[in-house]
Amino acid sequence: MINNEVTDIIGPPVMKNGWGAWINRNLFSSWFNTVLTAICLYTLWLIVPPLIKWFFINAHWNIPAEECRLGDGACWSFIVHNFRFILFGFYPFEHHWRPALAILLFGIITLVSINKNWWNRKLMYLWLVTFLGMAILMKGGIAGLTPVTADRWGGLPLTLILSVTGILFAYPAGILLALGRCSKMVGIRAICVGYIELIRGVPLISLLFMASVMFPLFLPDGVVINKLLRAQIAIILFAAAYLAETVRGGLQTIPKGQYEAASALGLSYFQQMRLIILPQALKTVIPSTVNIFISTFKDTSLVVIVALFDLLATTKASLANPEWLGFSREGYIFVAVIYFTFCFSMSRFSINIEKELNRGY
Amino acid sequence: MENSDSEIIIQITNMHKWFGDFHVLKDINLAVHKGERIVVCGPSGSGKSTMIRCINRLEEHERGRIVVDDIEITNDMKNIDQIRAEVGMVFQQFNLFPHMTILENLTLGPKWVQKHSANESEDLAMKYLKRVRIVEQAHKYPGQLSGGQQQRAAIARSLCMHPKVLLFDEPTSALDPEMVKEVLDVMISLAEEGMTMIVVTHEMGFAKQVADRVIFMDEGQIIEENIPHIFFNDPHHERTRLFLKQILP
Ligand SMILES: Nc1ncnc2c1ncn2[C@@H]1O[C@H](COP(=O)(O)OP(=O)(O)OP(=O)(O)O)[C@@H](O)[C@H]1O
Ligand SMILES: [Mg+2]
Repeated sequence: MINNEVTDIIGPPVMKNGWGAWINRNLFSSWFNTVLTAICLYTLWLIVPPLIKWFFINAHWNIPAEECRLGDGACWSFIVHNFRFILFGFYPFEHHWRPALAILLFGIITLVSINKNWWNRKLMYLWLVTFLGMAILMKGGIAGLTPVTADRWGGLPLTLILSVTGILFAYPAGILLALGRCSKMVGIRAICVGYIELIRGVPLISLLFMASVMFPLFLPDGVVINKLLRAQIAIILFAAAYLAETVRGGLQTIPKGQYEAASALGLSYFQQMRLIILPQALKTVIPSTVNIFISTFKDTSLVVIVALFDLLATTKASLANPEWLGFSREGYIFVAVIYFTFCFSMSRFSINIEKELNRGY
Repeated sequence: MENSDSEIIIQITNMHKWFGDFHVLKDINLAVHKGERIVVCGPSGSGKSTMIRCINRLEEHERGRIVVDDIEITNDMKNIDQIRAEVGMVFQQFNLFPHMTILENLTLGPKWVQKHSANESEDLAMKYLKRVRIVEQAHKYPGQLSGGQQQRAAIARSLCMHPKVLLFDEPTSALDPEMVKEVLDVMISLAEEGMTMIVVTHEMGFAKQVADRVIFMDEGQIIEENIPHIFFNDPHHERTRLFLKQILP
């Protein structure tokens, strides 16, 4: 009985739950907070209703441009009439299903890869098959698909190809560069440091220019690599240098004891790296790695300067169409939403992977 | 000494080492026989760790010779790999691999270095986990174990490689007092089975109980080397006496 009383007295402090309690605790806990809350509410009141009006209530969805100009809401007709060019650029109109299907395949395999239990050799082959399928869809030339040359690729598929291929090649390259930079062999270290500092010292835009102007100089006469490949190489070289520094940061967090224990077991250098060091190092730098992935994705919009029509460039081109002049707000909001969707998914994806990897320890 | 006529497994002669200008090991001479248990003690910074780390090339010696099981340690990576396969090491900080389960920690060597099959490696690992009495922890991660359990797992990890020699660098110094005994018990039972061991430790009870020889180091030199009975009761050197006075109650 006495026990009961005691537990009654020292039971956990009672937290009031529910909306009311939450609002009280977080918004009106002091007079200062109350004032802040009031100011915020007023600001929202000023901003939100007009936005909603513009976005939805007064918006036009499918009327010709001239009529659209008369209204005072958003003219989503611009998107409705132009989205296929924005998404797929100069890719032949009747074949738009091919890049669309390629993107769909990519989305599906990405979703499948979220679950760590499915990470195995089969999934890796599935990825390879998917990439092969996407390449065939885009390029055509076999299986009865009309060939479409790379200079007609544009819009979202181009953005995705440049960034995904860029990341896929830059990540391993960055890891090798980071290992080289930490190597005991002076020559290798010097090369890696030189490369990283050189690339980090110039903006991507100048690399892209060099890729389009200088690569041809190095190639023997008659050999031409298309400008897509040139831009792709520039993006890979650029991202690799940044990834290398990030990975190096991860390598530095690994205590010396891990190397020593691995050496004492008799593991070779490459086994140590692959089995012990990199799994830990790469995991600790997932957030900054994804940061670089996201900037790589966004930086692909710079390829417009070498006359490639990525997502942003196709949008701009649509906006320059005399019939649809003056709808840049709608156009840019549309691409912003697309960019945001991809970048946000990447960030969610990485958080998910981190959680999966954190199970257990 | 009882083992003096059995086979020599580690032979260190006139070994020197410098860290930059700092002469950390000075003319080390030591022969270890098969099955011998050697305890190394000495003040902090005297070079104990450095000496045993030279035996599996975690540190490089600059002069003299180290021969392990008839293989001389040189810059030849092949020799070093061979020696590392025969010499196990247990560290003060355990150094388990935190991203792997205990079982994966143990199967790593058998699988990747000795190229055993996954099943064989696992059987081996389970056998040694039983041996150090932590089978039930096999599927946990190191971070979920107590210090004593981690150190026993680390010992088991070394044992999985069937080493001919085990080196211990202050295996109990990082442990809470109540966990020291469980680790020492494992080491004592290894000693009783005839494992060749070199143990850097300040656990003088352990030294008295199992050591064949106790070595006292100071300022990079082996000052005194004797059987425990003489070492503890009638040390020859003044410095040994001072050291013992400091660490023995
Ligand atoms: N990598 C290194 N570079 C430079 N000096 C070092 C290095 N490692 C150790 N030393 C120095 O060498 C000396 C011997 O170090 P060692 O770790 O062998 O001593 P120890 O006898 O094991 O001491 P403790 O009981 O503290 O572990 C110390 O003075 C130490 O500062
Ligand atoms: Mg030490």
